[in-house]
Amino acid sequence: MEKFVKHTGTAVPLRRSNVDTDQIIPAVYLKRVTRSGFEDGLFSAWRSDPQFVLNKAEYKAGTILVAGVDFGTGSSREHAVWALQNYGFKAVISSRFADIFRGNSLKGGLLTVIIEQSDVEALWAAIEANPATSVSVDLETRTVSYDSVVLPFAIDDYTRWRLMEGLDDIGLTFKNTDSIDSFEKSRTSLKPATLPIRG
Amino acid sequence: MGKTLAEKIWAEHVVRAADGEPDLLYIDLHLIHEVTSPQAFDGLRLAGRTVRRPELTIATEDHNVPTLNIDKPIADPVSKLQVDTLRANCAEFGVRIHSLGDKDQGIVHVVGPQLGLTQPGMTIVCGDSHTSTHGAFGALAFGIGTSEVEHVLATQTLPLARPKTMAINVEGTLKTGVTSKDIILAIIAKIGTGGGQGYVIEYRGSAIRALSMESRMTVCNMSIEAGARAGLIAPDQTTFDYILGKPHAPESFDETVKYWSTLYTDSDAKFDVEVDLKADDLEPFVTWGTNPGQGSSLSSNVPNPADIADPEARGAAERALVYMGLEAGTPLKKIAIDTVFLGSCTNGRIEDLRAAAEVVKGKKIASTLRMLVVPGSARVRLEAEAEGLDKVFIDAGAEWRNAGCSMCLGMNPDQLAVGERSASTSNRNFEGRQGKGGRTHLVSPLVAAATALRGTLSSPADL
Ligand code: SF4
Repeated sequence: MEKFVKHTGTAVPLRRSNVDTDQIIPAVYLKRVTRSGFEDGLFSAWRSDPQFVLNKAEYKAGTILVAGVDFGTGSSREHAVWALQNYGFKAVISSRFADIFRGNSLKGGLLTVIIEQSDVEALWAAIEANPATSVSVDLETRTVSYDSVVLPFAIDDYTRWRLMEGLDDIGLTFKNTDSIDSFEKSRTSLKPATLPIRG
Repeated sequence: MGKTLAEKIWAEHVVRAADGEPDLLYIDLHLIHEVTSPQAFDGLRLAGRTVRRPELTIATEDHNVPTLNIDKPIADPVSKLQVDTLRANCAEFGVRIHSLGDKDQGIVHVVGPQLGLTQPGMTIVCGDSHTSTHGAFGALAFGIGTSEVEHVLATQTLPLARPKTMAINVEGTLKTGVTSKDIILAIIAKIGTGGGQGYVIEYRGSAIRALSMESRMTVCNMSIEAGARAGLIAPDQTTFDYILGKPHAPESFDETVKYWSTLYTDSDAKFDVEVDLKADDLEPFVTWGTNPGQGSSLSSNVPNPADIADPEARGAAERALVYMGLEAGTPLKKIAIDTVFLGSCTNGRIEDLRAAAEVVKGKKIASTLRMLVVPGSARVRLEAEAEGLDKVFIDAGAEWRNAGCSMCLGMNPDQLAVGERSASTSNRNFEGRQGKGGRTHLVSPLVAAATALRGTLSSPADL
C-alpha cells in the first residue's frame, strides 16, 4: 500500500446525504475479477446527468470528495473504494461514514476524514465559490486546511501509523502467528467445521 | 459489572490485545461468494500465501447467477468468468463450494443456517454486509470488505476495534398480519440509517423471544440498514430446536447446549444505548423512499417533505419522491406496483414462502403485474416443492425460480426496467438497487402477497 502522509488538491462538493455504495458503484460493475478499471462505474447513474458535479469542468481535476452525512452506507463492496481510487480520489470528507465503508477505505489507503457537518457546509461553500481552492488533508497534523481555515480531525493512532507507513494488515498479523497458533490449541472442539461434508 | 452477550463472545475470541491497537479476533466461520472473493484469492496468490483453515471456510454462488436455465452455461461471459473464478479458487485452495445445481447452493446467509454451520457463540464473517443475519443465533456476525476477506483467508483472524453496544427492546405482542419485517422496518425508521453506526445491536424483549428462528433472521439481517455492523439475539430453546438435526449440528448436542446456555447478557450488564419499541403498536410497514429509513405504516400517506423539520432529511425526502415518482399525500395503498419480488436473504426462507403462499392460495395475481418467487436456496426450493408451494404460486400466475439473490440487486439477469416499480421483500430500496431506474418499496412477505393480488400496495387485511 502507498504511504499516506499529506495530500493537497482541489475538492469536489457532493451535496448529497446517504450516498450508498450502490450509488458509488452499481452492482452491474461488480462482475470484474480485478481491482482496477472501476472508475467507469463510479456514480454511473448520476454521471449520465450533465449537471452532475463530476461532469462539471471546474471539478474534473478534483482529488478530494466532500460528501454529505452517512457516506458509504449499504453493501460491503470494497469496489466502492476501488472506484473512488481508480477515478483519482485520495480522500473523502464527510460528517459521518458507514462503518464497513470506512474500514475498507482505511485498509486500502483512501483517507476518510470526519469533520462536523457545519464545517462540511462551510467547505462546500468555499469550493463552490472558488473550485480552484486548494485543500490539504494532513495525517501528520491530523488537519484539513483550506484558505485560512484549519480543521482538526480525529483518527486513531494505530490506523494513522499504518497509513503513514503504508503497511499491509496481513503482514502485521503474520507477526502474531504464535498467538494465533496458541489460540487455536485452546479453542473448544464444540465449534463446527465445514469439512468433512456432512449431510 | 456483568457483560453483554456481544462482549462475552468478543472476549472469547480475542487472540491478541494491545493498548492502542485493535483486538485481533479469531474467526470461527468464513462464508465466501463469487463477487467479493476473486481479488482476495489473487492477493493470496501474489504473496504466495495459503488459506489457513479451509475447513472453517465455505463458498456458494448467489449474487451473480441466473435463476432460470441453470443447467445451461451462464450466458453473460463476464458473469460466467466470475463464477468460474470462484470454482477454480476453491479447487486450488481446498475450500468447500456449493455450485449452481447443488442442493446446498443458495444465498450465503440462507445456506449457513440451513447446514447448521451457524451456531451460537461463534464469530462469523462474509464479504457481504447482510452477514448480520447469522446474529439471530447469538453469533457475532458481520460483513467485511475484500481486503478483510483476504486477511481472514490468510490468518483466520481480523483486527477489529471493539464496537459499542445497543439494546433494542421490543415488548408486547404483534397484531395479526404484522411480521418481524415490520419490526425491523419500524426500528430503522425510528433510529435512522445511521442510528446503529458503531454499535452491535442486541434485540431483546418478549416480542423478539416469541419470534421463530427465521423471523429472527429477518430482524438481524437488516441491522446493517440501521447502520449497525452486527445485530444479535440471545440463543434459547427456539435456537437449539432449530439447529438440532441440521447436517452440521454438534454431535455432542447436549454438552454443546450447556455452553450455548451461558450465552446471554448478564442482568447487571450495561448497554451504551437502549431503545424501546412497543410491538402492539406496530402495523404493516412499507418504504416510500430511497433509503430503508424512509418508511411508514401501510395505512398512511406519502409524507410531505415540507413537514420534515430537519433540512437534511427534508432534502433527502424531496429527492426520494422525485426518484420514486410519488406525490406527497398519496395514500400508500393507492400506489400501483409492476413487479412483486418475494425472495432474498431477508425473506427468502421456507416460512416466508409458506406465509405468502397462504395468502395467494387459490387466487390469481393482478393482471397488471408480474410476481417472481425466488427461494433463498436450492434446499428451500426443494422443501417448498415437497409441500406443493410451487404449484400454489404457479397457479396464481407467479414465476417460480431457482435459488439466488435474484432481483435483490441489479447484477444478475433479474432486474427492474427504468421506471418500473416493485414491492420487494428484500432489504434495500436504494436508487437503482434492483436495476437502473427501478423503484423499490420494501415490504413483508404478507404485504408482497396481498399486493400481488390487488395490484396496489396492500396487506392481507385489505383482501
Ligand atoms: S439477497 Fe440481496 S442482500 Fe442478501 S446477500 Fe444477496 S444481494 Fe445481498
